[in-house]
Amino acid sequence: MSKAINKIASRAVPVHLENIDTDQIIPARFLKATTREGFGDNLFRDWRYNADGTPKKDFVLNDPTYSGKILVAGKNFGCGSSREHAAWAIKDAGFDVVVSSFFADIFKNNALNNFLLPVTVSEDFLQQLFTAIEKDPKTKLDVNLGDQTITANGHSETFEIDDYKKTCLLNGYDDIDFLLSIRGEIEIFEHQYAGI
Amino acid sequence: MPKTLFEKIWDRHIVKTIDGGPSVLYIDKHFIHEVTSPQAFKGLEKRGIEVFRPAQIVATADHNVPTLNQHLPIKEELSRIQVQTLVENCQKHQVELYGLGHPYQGVVHVIGPELGITQPGMTIVCGDSHTSTHGAFGAIAFGIGTSEVEMVMATQCLLQSKPKLMRINVEGQLGKGVTAKDIILYIIARISASGATGYFVEYAGSAIRNLSMEGRMTICNMSIEMGARGGMIAPDETTFTYIKGRPFAPQGAGWDQKLAGWKQLYSDKDAKFDMELNIDAPDIEPMITYGTNPGMGVGVTGRIPSTADPKSLAYMGLQAGANIKGKKIDYVFIGSCTNSRIEDLRLVASFVKGRKKADNVEVWVVPGSKQVEQQAIKEGIDKVFAEAGFQLRQPGCSACLGMNEDKIPAGKYCISTSNRNFEGRQGPNARTLLASPLTAAVAAITGEVADIREFI
Repeated sequence: MSKAINKIASRAVPVHLENIDTDQIIPARFLKATTREGFGDNLFRDWRYNADGTPKKDFVLNDPTYSGKILVAGKNFGCGSSREHAAWAIKDAGFDVVVSSFFADIFKNNALNNFLLPVTVSEDFLQQLFTAIEKDPKTKLDVNLGDQTITANGHSETFEIDDYKKTCLLNGYDDIDFLLSIRGEIEIFEHQYAGI
Repeated sequence: MPKTLFEKIWDRHIVKTIDGGPSVLYIDKHFIHEVTSPQAFKGLEKRGIEVFRPAQIVATADHNVPTLNQHLPIKEELSRIQVQTLVENCQKHQVELYGLGHPYQGVVHVIGPELGITQPGMTIVCGDSHTSTHGAFGAIAFGIGTSEVEMVMATQCLLQSKPKLMRINVEGQLGKGVTAKDIILYIIARISASGATGYFVEYAGSAIRNLSMEGRMTICNMSIEMGARGGMIAPDETTFTYIKGRPFAPQGAGWDQKLAGWKQLYSDKDAKFDMELNIDAPDIEPMITYGTNPGMGVGVTGRIPSTADPKSLAYMGLQAGANIKGKKIDYVFIGSCTNSRIEDLRLVASFVKGRKKADNVEVWVVPGSKQVEQQAIKEGIDKVFAEAGFQLRQPGCSACLGMNEDKIPAGKYCISTSNRNFEGRQGPNARTLLASPLTAAVAAITGEVADIREFI
């Protein structure tokens, strides 16, 4: 799963709703696995499927008009539960980028730890993206992590990411590798640390 | 330089800071449970490393456990495997487990405090967003994802950027029938489900200081529901009295030494916050939610706003502009890491005693832990519930998230003392109205959304 990301050029799938919580992304009853794989099948389960398992035709993931590696969603995406399964499900369903005007903190960290790039854009730019994609589902988005830009129809916006995380994503490093590399320093800290 | 409560704790736990990046934050206590830990243990094994500091981890089984017949093997296969995997992982890695059948078992955010494991000045994490609960003791406590669970298992540290700081002051006397749950639902309704994203919140003011530890936990618990990384309250005599004598509390000379340190944990007079919000406690009514995020709440005598999101209202089967009071309900759930402590059960029992539940309602009371359950039985609360027609079940997360079989059927209305009213949270197409234990109790008796103030 861990692999470097830099430039992603793709069509996008718009989920035009705000405050999408992680219970919608992956409901709790699907969290019983003890592995990280296979959660994509139940991504947006209750919006995507009826109780009998048949697809709901009006949900965007079931609309063959839309495809791509980029998910575009309304503000406050990923709020609620800390379940990393939400990031696993999105990644497992073939997405490398989520674009929103606002991400919940825990989801953002979980996404970054799974090489799923959260791109925060202005509300105006987000609305332009929705309009463009919904008008022409073939609209291509260019996401460039190195330059920290996202471009659609010639309009670009830059996005923020801290230098450390950017380096990790560009090179396929993870936080655990980094923390393990400084375990000596952690032991020295522990030695001096007496708690409060 | 004056410091906030948060900064006093944060600064003491920084191992190092990366240029242009996050800090390496040392973690004192790590709680784990069956749902968000198996992939982390697997990750360690894949890397060929051991748990770094197993003595700083405490495990319990809560999210996925049945609340009836806990002595029998778990019927549902995937749940049974998940709980069994936790048992095996804890044995293999020498992690203390308070699993099913253990007298300390319970909801992770109930047992940490009740055992005295949660203490002021600590950094505490758990793979669960409601870890913010432990902030009630003056700790930096927050929820993490499974990759981060693995990081803490591997190194006892996390990479974290310092959040912005917000202080919410709640001053004055609470009205009759208004509880801690109403304070936090009121705050979230004021600032929205994303109003504190990027912030760590300190709650202060006389109305907060007057709360019991249980009430403070309820407040800090729901910090995440307005997007905050965590919530915290400066420790005081109420905190120290609560901790003293609990199984893992410091003892003897160790207690005196700890206490001296804990007494320094408050925001200095001129400490700077990035944002401050002032709330007048007398303005707060008993609260109830009408929508599909915890920010969609009103006072129980209020109307559903005309501006409410139509998609939410369609899901809830409610009308903009309508009164919420008088709405018929089908289920009452009293439980979850927000409101399942002994004080919550006592409060409900004191109101319910001598009354009977309405015929149209099914009532589940799920205690937060074995200790809460035992205490309730000792005090005769179980009998009060039985006479009222309430079911007292066994400890677990239960219908808060409907991961086990405790699900609210599609289309049914449930008044719940839990923390989330998201679509499908309590079961596919279930409709959740969040409220305090008292408001839940009066709904159980009347069979509809009612104003507790008319009954007490």
